[in-house]
Amino acid sequence: MAVIPEETGSGDSGGLLGWIDARFPLSKLWREQVSEYYAPKNFNFWYYFGVLSLVVLVNQLVTGIFLAMSYKPSAAEAFASVEYIMRDVDWGWLIRYMHSTGASAFFIVVYLHMFRALLYGSARKPRELLWIFGCFIFVLLMAEAFMGYVLPWGNMSFWGAQVIVSLFGSLPVIGGALVEWIRGDYVIADATLNRFFALHVAALPVALIFLAIAHLMALHEVGSLNPDGIEIKEHKGADGHPLDGIPFHPYYTVKDLVGIVVFLMLFCGVIFYAPTFGGMFLEAPNFEPANLLQTPPHISPVWYFTPYYAMLRAVPSFAGTQVWGVLVLGSAVAVLFFLPWLDRSPVKSIRYRGPIYKIALAIFSVAFVILGLCGMKPPSGIYPLLAKICTTLYFAFFLLMPWYTRIDSVKPVPQRVT
Amino acid sequence: MHKRLTLSAVLLSAWLLPVGAAVAEEGEDYLHAGTDITNTESLQRGARNFMNYCSGCHSLKYLRYNRMAEDLKIPAAELADLMLTSVKPFDDINSAMPADSEKWFGKRPPDLSLTARAKGVDYIYSFLKGFYLDKSAPWGVNNMVLPNASMPFVLQSQQGLQKPVFKNETVDGEAKVVLTGVEPLLSGTLKPEEYDQFVRDTANFLDYAGEPIKAKRQSLGIYVLVFLSVFFVFAYLLKKEYWKDVH
Repeated sequence: MAVIPEETGSGDSGGLLGWIDARFPLSKLWREQVSEYYAPKNFNFWYYFGVLSLVVLVNQLVTGIFLAMSYKPSAAEAFASVEYIMRDVDWGWLIRYMHSTGASAFFIVVYLHMFRALLYGSARKPRELLWIFGCFIFVLLMAEAFMGYVLPWGNMSFWGAQVIVSLFGSLPVIGGALVEWIRGDYVIADATLNRFFALHVAALPVALIFLAIAHLMALHEVGSLNPDGIEIKEHKGADGHPLDGIPFHPYYTVKDLVGIVVFLMLFCGVIFYAPTFGGMFLEAPNFEPANLLQTPPHISPVWYFTPYYAMLRAVPSFAGTQVWGVLVLGSAVAVLFFLPWLDRSPVKSIRYRGPIYKIALAIFSVAFVILGLCGMKPPSGIYPLLAKICTTLYFAFFLLMPWYTRIDSVKPVPQRVT
Repeated sequence: MHKRLTLSAVLLSAWLLPVGAAVAEEGEDYLHAGTDITNTESLQRGARNFMNYCSGCHSLKYLRYNRMAEDLKIPAAELADLMLTSVKPFDDINSAMPADSEKWFGKRPPDLSLTARAKGVDYIYSFLKGFYLDKSAPWGVNNMVLPNASMPFVLQSQQGLQKPVFKNETVDGEAKVVLTGVEPLLSGTLKPEEYDQFVRDTANFLDYAGEPIKAKRQSLGIYVLVFLSVFFVFAYLLKKEYWKDVH
């Protein structure tokens, strides 16, 4: 009589789960990715923003689906359909505010998430690809937010799109044709709105979901870094698990839950008491319908684009073209991709770095915020000069990094997390 | 640990300070309207003002009569009073203006559904208090906050008439006459403070019309935040319990 060997590893439980596990690695995935994914035990405040990005992503996907059920992607109907959602659709106002506030929240958590990488060296070897996937997410997120902002078809939607799309027109030779191809018309018009809707609700979300999965797979392959910037996998116990690691579930699921609740309190505070956030999350001119004949008094993008918008405006045109500003704008985003190779410090975490990096990062952070401020203001008075200085500082932080990180002093790095 | 927390706090506030400064700097020099979206009586008076004096020319095309009646607790009999003839309660609030009204005013009277959201209640309040005598203008009046406004001053019998106050000023070495304010010229049927309340009620109603859910949204927010606070306590205790064995 043949003895059928019992399967080990997967399918060790009976019932429905056993049936599934024999056909799909459900328990295996759960173990590898969650219950036996060992994360460092010393995550601090800055490590909440990864899971918060996921929370906001899900919020945007779910509320976006419900908005798309009542929204009309046509120049004639879009504006009125948003007011229809705000007034006639049951709970439509809440869904719309969750989505509009979620857009700003997305950038808040993503900017802080990226800042965490600068603090603790999260982009450094072997996490280069993890960082690069993240950079792609950031770029797609900007495209997604920009196109989403056009959809309500308010006057700022219209003129913001006009300004941003015309940037491509400054590219030599192909510029004019490229802009027409993007718009599908000679101005921002119905055709533009319609294709932006398609990209906003289908193409970009799908790409974002795939990239988010790739980002998480890369993370779980190499393991999470921590505020000490050391690898917990280098010190394993007898059971083969890192001595300074704890299973993601239940330890970090319950800890992240606390962070998520705190985030939701802030998020709901905005939704219920300041959904326009003083005109920063929903701009006042956008409560007037798109009007080709009436430019808003001052066109500025939503706050999360303003640092880059300020850089664009900070560069003067010369040799008869404004393409330089566009190139600087593109480079400011592109330079992020090279971070893992620009940083030459022997240590990763800011805790064990010398004063030069700390000062550089402080200057960079302040410069970035001032750039954001400059981008909100009309380009007059002190703002153009401030924008020029801060654009220089932004690039200096990255481009000089190979030198100043090498000569910076370092403190001894502990073997185990503190 | 303490030092690290301080560092984090300092870093975070470095991010937030300029943003706060930017928000604080916004805002133009409008009079403070002092409206209260939860004051139903004020909203009812504002609705009546709007229907009597504004709706002849201005529509509220994103607001329905019955929604307004429900939110502002206006009884059916009174609603019928407020409605233009030949409309149903579920209709949008449209004006009686014909399509070619542009010829009358140079500009079609705009829909006011979202004016409070686009310009703010303080703007509406200041605008309705800002008409002054200007013999050179087509309707004999001009406006402090919207120069060369094409709207005739329909509330003149209520407010009376104001006259402009000019001042000679030197700007960049050039002598200029600057409009600094207005002062009463003729009195109307309402006392100044009664007119202020009249305009405040109207601005309040337009604030409601801009976002009918506003008052409910704010009252609902309390429950959400209380629920989250309670949830926070349990989530925190759960975390503490699990993390007891992590050293």
